[in-house]
Amino acid sequence: MTEGRNGMAATALAAAHETAGAMAEQFGAAVLRTHESNGQVMVEVAADRAKAILRWLREDASQDFDYLTDVTAVEYRDPERAFEVVYQLRALARRVDLRVKVLLDPEGALQVETVTDIWAGAEWLEREVWDMFGVRFKGHADLRRILMWQTYDEGHPLRKSFPLRGHRSRSEQTRQALDANPEAHYTLEELSIAEAYHELPEEMRRRLVESGRRAAE
Amino acid sequence: MGLTPPPGPGGEHDLFETVSPNWVTTRLDFLANWARSNSLWPMPFGTACCAIEFMATAASRYDISRFGMERMSFSPRQADVLICAGRLPFKLAPVIRRIWDQMPQPKWAISMGACASTGGIFDTYAMVQGIDTIIPVDVYVPGCPPRPEGLLYGVMLLQKKIRGESISDPSLRIEHLVQPDGLFRRPEIIDEISEPFGNSVSQTRSS
Repeated sequence: MTEGRNGMAATALAAAHETAGAMAEQFGAAVLRTHESNGQVMVEVAADRAKAILRWLREDASQDFDYLTDVTAVEYRDPERAFEVVYQLRALARRVDLRVKVLLDPEGALQVETVTDIWAGAEWLEREVWDMFGVRFKGHADLRRILMWQTYDEGHPLRKSFPLRGHRSRSEQTRQALDANPEAHYTLEELSIAEAYHELPEEMRRRLVESGRRAAE
Repeated sequence: MGLTPPPGPGGEHDLFETVSPNWVTTRLDFLANWARSNSLWPMPFGTACCAIEFMATAASRYDISRFGMERMSFSPRQADVLICAGRLPFKLAPVIRRIWDQMPQPKWAISMGACASTGGIFDTYAMVQGIDTIIPVDVYVPGCPPRPEGLLYGVMLLQKKIRGESISDPSLRIEHLVQPDGLFRRPEIIDEISEPFGNSVSQTRSS
């Protein structure tokens, strides 16, 4: 049993190394570094080619990384590599994991291109990275805070420059929090599923219509 | 041996000869407080692990219905006691405040656990440092999380408190809302009671 599992892990690791090799072949100098740590293959890629590489990983038939497990970011106390955006990918059918890291230029704007058009599930993950780290995702349709409330103005809490207790005094924080209206930033359309109606299963649509009729009566 | 016990001095029959079974005399306060304290409908505001202990309190082993509290009121309009079970992030501050405002008088609040009472280990940018900076609290239940016995003891303390109230004292029912700027306490009080303590003392505001 254990051997079987180890064998599977070894196969997955070998497949991830294979992917990293294929990436280096396909994109050349844009793949900066590949290394393995704790059973995880990590590939650092150049920021300007990151979108193309991620799209290739998703769409190339032999890679097929169809599940974006997580998007997050790391800030180091290192002026040379201050920021990384991290994409954790998984190919569900092949059971292969791959971690892709994009180094951001500490001098330039903290910005990468969105991957919401490759993995729709990236939408909220990228909003979280924006909220917590202040990394902008170019092309994201709805880049606003997701964990903190909309009117929060103390900055991005997971940055190294952010004090753990926040910038303002506790009373000021409490006052501002009480001022926030939790319902003010969602339109009725967002709160309803009206837009997705035609994509719902037939049976669910029928139930929605019925409950709507009951509510109207 | 008959089914009817023989009447005699001090026997049951004497009682019914002197007291009508159809009416009793009592103090109105006693009656109102007896009714209120034994049918507290809780508004469960469970946000964290304290809510698990709260659920255990409500379940069969600890059985909160012994106190007339088994009827969880998921609408604040029909609730008597707000039980904040768990930490309260700033993002939820306006929510708990609105729920509190929607509860009709008479109403009470129990702050369950270290986080609801003081912010607990979460001395961070995101956490309310004690819900008493936002709403008035009657009973604080310490613990991380408190055991069901702890919560039940808090409930019994609240019942004791209610039994000491008087319906002729309108000051008990005044809505103590707050500073004009929306705060429940004066800003300097909030700053003072949310000073760093314990491990967070060694953490400066800029590191």
